[in-house]
Amino acid sequence: MNKTVNNRAWWLVLPVFAMVAFNALIPLITVVNYSVQETFGNNEFFWSGTTWFKQLLHDDQFIDSLQRQIIFTATVLVIQIPLGLVIALCMPRSGPWVSVCLVLMSLPLLVPWNVVGSMWNIMALPDIGLLGKGLNALGIPFNYTRQPVSAWFTVILMDVWHWTSLVVLLCYAGLVSIPDAYYQAARVDGAGPWAVFRYIQLPKLKHVLTIAILLRFMDSFMIYTEVIVLTGGGPGSTTKFLSIDLVQKALGGFDLGPAAAMSIVYFLIILLLSWLFYTLMMRSEAK
Amino acid sequence: MSLELIDITKRVGAETYIHPTSLVLPEGSFNVLLGTTLSGKTTLMQLMAGIQSPSSGTIRFRGQDVTRFPVQRRNVSMVYQQFINYPNFTVYDNIASPLKVAGMSAAEIDRRVGAAAELLRLQPMLKRRPSELSGGQQQRTAIARAIVKDSDLILMDEPLANLDYKLREELRDELPKLFAGRNAIVVYATTEPSEALLFGGNTATLHEGRVTQFGPTSATYRAPRDLTTAQVFSDPPINIADVEKHGNKLKVFGDESWPAGRAAENLPDGRYIFGIRPHYVTPLPVKAKTGEIEGRVLVTELSGSESVIHLSVAGKTWVSQSHGIHPFEVGSQARLHVEVNRGLFFLPSGELVS
Repeated sequence: MNKTVNNRAWWLVLPVFAMVAFNALIPLITVVNYSVQETFGNNEFFWSGTTWFKQLLHDDQFIDSLQRQIIFTATVLVIQIPLGLVIALCMPRSGPWVSVCLVLMSLPLLVPWNVVGSMWNIMALPDIGLLGKGLNALGIPFNYTRQPVSAWFTVILMDVWHWTSLVVLLCYAGLVSIPDAYYQAARVDGAGPWAVFRYIQLPKLKHVLTIAILLRFMDSFMIYTEVIVLTGGGPGSTTKFLSIDLVQKALGGFDLGPAAAMSIVYFLIILLLSWLFYTLMMRSEAK
Repeated sequence: MSLELIDITKRVGAETYIHPTSLVLPEGSFNVLLGTTLSGKTTLMQLMAGIQSPSSGTIRFRGQDVTRFPVQRRNVSMVYQQFINYPNFTVYDNIASPLKVAGMSAAEIDRRVGAAAELLRLQPMLKRRPSELSGGQQQRTAIARAIVKDSDLILMDEPLANLDYKLREELRDELPKLFAGRNAIVVYATTEPSEALLFGGNTATLHEGRVTQFGPTSATYRAPRDLTTAQVFSDPPINIADVEKHGNKLKVFGDESWPAGRAAENLPDGRYIFGIRPHYVTPLPVKAKTGEIEGRVLVTELSGSESVIHLSVAGKTWVSQSHGIHPFEVGSQARLHVEVNRGLFFLPSGELVS
């Protein structure tokens, strides 16, 4: 049989190529385009070079929201990863309770993000909310629309409630994939529960935990909806994270150029940190 | 000086995993547990190790009752079908781990790990981690860990099942040498009759949670006590036929008539179950007293040096295994010779009579 040799196969790649182009490359290039120009509306654009980027680096508001963002993400990771791991370790490996636990764990993940915001908004109301009223009744002054500490507490609690399940499910999947023989072998060796965790479970969960940290890092770094609904970035701008800052610049101020420059910096920060983290994890693996 | 299982059973809920079983494994012996999956090999091993405790019965070790001793107090080691090693330890630390738990001095650990690594040819890999090893090397590491601590009882649960053909043969040859000259009782579970024959020692055949026979491997193979044992200890499966003995003739499959031969000579007339291993059924005519069977060819497997022919005879599948290449067309009729003298005769209840 003769094989037809031509380049027609390229057409098969075209749909995927077009899709990637439309949903990733073209918007990104548009943003790059905006970031180096100045506009006053009327579809008039003027070349401005790196002005917006320079301005951004000296923009106190940007530096502040970046700082807040880093503190928020770090806090959330420090709480969610160990907590998720502990919950996964406590979950049953077999029996009827497995599905009950899994369903319970999946519930927060199924709630739409703006609903999560509203739920916690109502929950934290100092006059009627369970959390707000409860804390005040215990004598702890709590008002998330006035006190930055209360607002931060609520935002972090909300994120922990919403996303720890993801870590739990990932860790649980990792744990159940460890063959029973490992646990038996550990018993034959006389290893205690701590040794089993330290030398069997933790090493076996390494990849899963890497993925969990990566996902939680990226997601929490981009948090927007829940916070906008809950605090709107307030009180003042104490919970104004990067994405909120960005949206206010782009839509509120219609500063397309600076907002575009910020988007790119924002994107590069996430890309760089994720890449760094992943490479470091994989390098320690190779050693 | 041995491991004795006295009437032990294991039930979980309504299910019986091990029916009353008694076994005596002498010190320094190599014992094979032979049976299909789910026949109870693993459960029996876990009972021996103390990972599970029996529902009833007694386990004695060197005369001492150890039935309720947990595994930590029994000085046993295990090797599993999966390659179980500590993932982030080096090969050296993996082999050393049971010694460290035992609180041995660094110099002694070093000496013993060195010796075990040498036996299993692991010296060049001592600094690597399990993930950087081939499957064969990973399993060698696990075996080294099992032999390093001078256990009284070494249990191996299908340790070669996950290895590829070549590595399996290699390790299979080495294993008996590793244990020669040790006092440890070795128990080796496998689904493959050929492994039992290769290792020699003793074999216990298991079927649905019962030990059907236990004794020296070759004796168990040659003279299975009953049909079940013969079936467990034959691969390809033993061929079975209902026969009726009249004088010195055997009526088989309705219309075939075979000479009764040496094996059935002294049996009273009546109905028997005739069993014969596939290598005594051959396409070539044989000198000794033979019978013949005719049937439709289902499958022929030709390897370099032998032919395995599956035949449908009066509704039963018979298998012939013979040297040389004997191509038969699938679907054609074939006539094969049966060395009746090599056959085994069982009562309809399954007991061996000749």
